[in-house]
Amino acid sequence: MRSLWDFNWVGVLEFLPQLGVGLLYTLLVSVVGLVIGFVLGAIFGLARLSRFKIVYAIASIYIEVIRGTPLLVQAIWLFFALPLIIKYTLPSVLAGIIVIGINSGAYIAEIVRGAVQSIDKGQMEAGRSLGMSHHITMLKVIWPQAFKRMIPPLGNQFIISIKDTSLLSVILVPELLFQGRTIASNHFNSVEIYTTVAVFYLAITLTLSFVLRRTEKRLELRA
Amino acid sequence: MIIEVTDLHKSFGDNEVLTGIDLSVSDGEVVCVIGPSGSGKSTLLRCLNRLEDITGGDVVVDGHRLSDRNIRIDDVRAEIGMVFQQFNLFPHKSVIENIMLAPMMVRQLGKEQARERGRALLAKVGLAEKENEYPSRLSGGQQQRVAIARALAMEPKIMLFDEPTSALDPELVGEVLAVMKQLALEGMTMVVVTHEMGFAREVGDRVIFMDDGVIVEEGDPVQVFDNPRHTRTRAFLDRVR
Repeated sequence: MRSLWDFNWVGVLEFLPQLGVGLLYTLLVSVVGLVIGFVLGAIFGLARLSRFKIVYAIASIYIEVIRGTPLLVQAIWLFFALPLIIKYTLPSVLAGIIVIGINSGAYIAEIVRGAVQSIDKGQMEAGRSLGMSHHITMLKVIWPQAFKRMIPPLGNQFIISIKDTSLLSVILVPELLFQGRTIASNHFNSVEIYTTVAVFYLAITLTLSFVLRRTEKRLELRA
Repeated sequence: MIIEVTDLHKSFGDNEVLTGIDLSVSDGEVVCVIGPSGSGKSTLLRCLNRLEDITGGDVVVDGHRLSDRNIRIDDVRAEIGMVFQQFNLFPHKSVIENIMLAPMMVRQLGKEQARERGRALLAKVGLAEKENEYPSRLSGGQQQRVAIARALAMEPKIMLFDEPTSALDPELVGEVLAVMKQLALEGMTMVVVTHEMGFAREVGDRVIFMDDGVIVEEGDPVQVFDNPRHTRTRAFLDRVR
């Protein structure tokens, strides 16, 4: 067995620019994907609370299908199978963003639904009794309170989705793991490169955890 | 008659909670509704602004037929203030913001106008210095007074009170009742579901005793309390006194 110090760690420096490009793609796909995911999650989460059966049904189908199939399968289907139907291949980065968006959206929808349902029904009654519409009460009374409760589970989901972007290397998104694999297979430095890749992911997720904890504390102080 | 209820029925599933209620309230009248828990008095009150759907019969408030599904219920509710047992203040908003929200959203009041109105109402309920506090920092009695101010900010024609002092520590009941009494003296039309017999007797123009989904007895408070006609009323009053 070789000791960790037998490896050429300094040699990694040479590949930092390329790993940096990968990091930027990981961040791009994560951030844009999660913004889409949050919008989808808010829409479908509220749809799951709708008293209109058809709206509820559509939201349920979306959530069950996405949660019931692996992200990897969703990515491969979108990138390799869908083109055979629509005769057009999406650029891999765009496909990656869509997959992260749609996938995280299904989980976020359940987070949104749970948070909104957890708000005491007296809040909606108070808003309605003042003559405010369902929508206004939802927007001004329920949502701000629910949002605060969403932060911990949302943070959890963000971290999962960021790590999931590594699966997108399979559909050729030039993200962090993709770059790492390219480097490692050309330079035979798997230990150094994959360790560095892992540290990069950890740096992103730890930063996110820190920011979320601070946001939560700040919201806690008010009210 | 500002409130006219005719043969009101209300069921939750198979459980009929109100079995034919007739009630009219005239402008400026203070009607107190008493009765054992589960008698349907809160449900009756909640039918008056349609927080509960009406199963059968007619409820007409300020000329609007609430039993008609096509009316603009938000417009009607804007004229009917409601105060809840659990206060239901908005915890993420300061006291003044609680009061300002609906006038700005529903009455299209400007921010400064709403703030002015809010301050005047806080002064009225004796909480002028609390405008920037959050509800969680207030006592129950203070929270309920803010809730009353919040309802009054819509300048309603009618105020509904759903056991407004039942969630309060005994020493905080008085300050809330005092505000309600003041309101009654100013001529507000009020329907008050309450366990405070002293308040019902002193402030009420009329007392209604409900049991088992019907109005058993109604009349002048002194008569109902001192000379109840029905044995069920008498039995209830004996229990609570």
